[in-house]
Amino acid sequence: MSEPKEIFVRLDRCMGCHSCELACAVEHSGSKSLYGAISEQPRPKPRVYVESVSKTPVPVVCRHCEDAPCMHACIAGAIRRTEDGVVITQSDRCIGCWTCVMVCPYGVIGRHLEEHKAYRCDRCPDREIPACVGACPTRALVYRSVTDFSRHTRKTASAQMLGTQGG
Amino acid sequence: MAGERDAMSKSTDPAIREMIARAARMEIKTVWDRYEAMRPQCGFGDTGLCCRHCLQGPCRIDPFGEGPAEGICGASADTMVARGLDRAIAAGTAAHSGHAKHLAHTLLKVAKGRTGAYSIKEPGKLRAVAARLNIPVEGRPDNDIALDVANAALADFHEKETPVLWAATVVNPQRAKVLTDLDLVPRGIDHEVSEIMHRTLYGVDADPVNLLLGGLRCGVADLAGCYMATDIADILFGIPTPVVTEANLGTLKAGAVNIALHGHNPLLSDMLVARAHTRNEDAIAAGASGINIVGICCTGNEIMMRHGIPACTHSVSQEMAIVTGALDAMVVDYQCIMPSVASVAECMGTALITTMEIGKIPGARHIAFDEESAVEKADEIFDIAMANFRRRKNKPVDIPNIKTPVVAGFSVEAIVAALSKLDAREPLKPVVDNIVAGNIRGVCLFAGCNNVKVPQDNNFTVIARKLLKENVLVLATGCGAGALMRHGFMDPANTDALCGDGLKAVLRAIGEANGLGGPLPPVLHMGSCVDNSRAVALAVAVANYLGVDTDKLPVVASAAEAVSEKAVSIGAYAVAAGLPTHVGVMLPVLGGPLVTRVLTDKVKDLTGGYFIVDLDPESAAEKLLAAIDERRAGLGLQSPKAS
Repeated sequence: MSEPKEIFVRLDRCMGCHSCELACAVEHSGSKSLYGAISEQPRPKPRVYVESVSKTPVPVVCRHCEDAPCMHACIAGAIRRTEDGVVITQSDRCIGCWTCVMVCPYGVIGRHLEEHKAYRCDRCPDREIPACVGACPTRALVYRSVTDFSRHTRKTASAQMLGTQGG
Repeated sequence: MAGERDAMSKSTDPAIREMIARAARMEIKTVWDRYEAMRPQCGFGDTGLCCRHCLQGPCRIDPFGEGPAEGICGASADTMVARGLDRAIAAGTAAHSGHAKHLAHTLLKVAKGRTGAYSIKEPGKLRAVAARLNIPVEGRPDNDIALDVANAALADFHEKETPVLWAATVVNPQRAKVLTDLDLVPRGIDHEVSEIMHRTLYGVDADPVNLLLGGLRCGVADLAGCYMATDIADILFGIPTPVVTEANLGTLKAGAVNIALHGHNPLLSDMLVARAHTRNEDAIAAGASGINIVGICCTGNEIMMRHGIPACTHSVSQEMAIVTGALDAMVVDYQCIMPSVASVAECMGTALITTMEIGKIPGARHIAFDEESAVEKADEIFDIAMANFRRRKNKPVDIPNIKTPVVAGFSVEAIVAALSKLDAREPLKPVVDNIVAGNIRGVCLFAGCNNVKVPQDNNFTVIARKLLKENVLVLATGCGAGALMRHGFMDPANTDALCGDGLKAVLRAIGEANGLGGPLPPVLHMGSCVDNSRAVALAVAVANYLGVDTDKLPVVASAAEAVSEKAVSIGAYAVAAGLPTHVGVMLPVLGGPLVTRVLTDKVKDLTGGYFIVDLDPESAAEKLLAAIDERRAGLGLQSPKAS
């Protein structure tokens, strides 16, 4: 099996435009189009969050941890890992106890007020590339395997050590 | 084939598809490449929820309610989108009226005898315009009248005691009352633009409805600018009459000195067309077959209407004219000229020449054009084009062998003249009788641009095809006219195939009464984008003939592939005039639910007009037909059963 991909954030590139949040909400809407989603009720909800630390924007999204605290903590057995390694909350089983919210180290699990359920990033099962990654105008969000991401980081770091660009 | 499908998603014009493929082979970046690189576009801008009007911003409002619900100043989503829309209307108004002001200054110079290059070509129109403005004409020489008309035009720009004359005198009395009651009569064209800038400033107008009404008043000022531009252009360059010509890239000639005139104002382009024959011998001496002038965008419409100059291409495909490699010079003035033409021209060895002080492009050669030295400047441009031809003449070119016959030039005067062959005393009667009888179901005006988000021309052609079959009389201006002409909609040979039986019979009767030996073309070309005023003039004439207001007429408009802020201001005056007005791309207002509701519905209670925003051309056509039928019902006229 090929190595699964993760959503990585290249923090130096984020402009804080929040486009990832919009695209995420649209992807999780009924119409899946911005023009349609904008008037839907209940309002479509984004699962990615652009936080701000001092003046630096930081996009935060579920890391789908290998050893996921939320999955261990879920008393209803609603949280499981798919074959692709994606940690998902099964709505029909969720009892809305918010234990997952309590234990998530990133704070990326939301509460759906209308449905009384927890929700989170599902890595856009209908898409090849998650909507947030596809929407990022500066490619601050990338969808790569750990190996690829690290290799890319090493290459960049190596080039910097040599004082050249690329190579 | 995936490649062909991809090409069709860019343009439905086969000549343009050939050039897109050529540009790709040559690795020349085009508008479609840049669009691809720009995607995905920002959803906040797309919905109008991004504000940069002050230095505390940028602010954006989250349409899904999780993030900020208001700007830092407290502006709501509706306030934000209404302000943004107002500024678009102001920009469009500034552009159309800037074009008009330029012509008014020229008319003033002509009246004062300060320029020998221009003259009053149409004294009849001068007197008609003067009479409409209450300027005395009896027994006065043309120049005196022209002086008064030019001064009245220039006076219309600033705030004054009287309303803007080019607004107040061009609408029917009922509409004048509606506009007066709603306080939508502009007090000065520049004043309205300036007032929009004021009221949309940080901390002024926060009431979305008040902002929209201000925008509509500015839209009426835009009508004034457009109408004035048409009036003065007709006075200086002649009233268009039907001409037979052709359109598309196939109008370029490999062996000729090809000069494309691109932009808007006939001031420069008409001069170049008038001077071309004096330089033809020089072109032949340079080894060319002669000078071949072609038009792009609304300049193309102006010189096509008056001189039968062929149209090379329009709007989104302007770069493709250069990609042929056959263009020796592209001469531009202002509006809708993509700065990218400079780099494409550099790749292809075309001379790009800018001519206006307010419209310079890095990489272009600038020849400052002015009315006093118009002839010399025109000759300088011909010299550059010929020098370019000498360099180019043995190099290969790739001109698509595609062009379409076009009959253009349907000014209101020309239409009335054609109709008077059927009824000399009441020329509008035949049209109105046919509307009443149902042979003409209604009228639709197509206007505006080609937007890269739409496969080029697709929205125009799909809607027009449907409406013509349903016997809707179709008028077109600007690059909407350009789209339809390149697809054969202005070729009388296609009238029978494209039109429903009722409309076909009417177009044939008018054509034959005028000795054309056949019908009028399926779509009537009314001119450039400022010439949307001609469509308003026609609607007002019909309204006056019937004694009803314009919002009662079965007349609709569509900017099916709009781009420019000028299309937004035209849309605003179409709505102010009471027309259901379709826009085929999204206006950046969806983030404001109240504003969206007002524009698409509530404004109907005020002006009778409203926006129909629909990106699907099939359903847009249905909505336009439904709007026509609703108006027919209002007049007590039957509509045909849905087919």
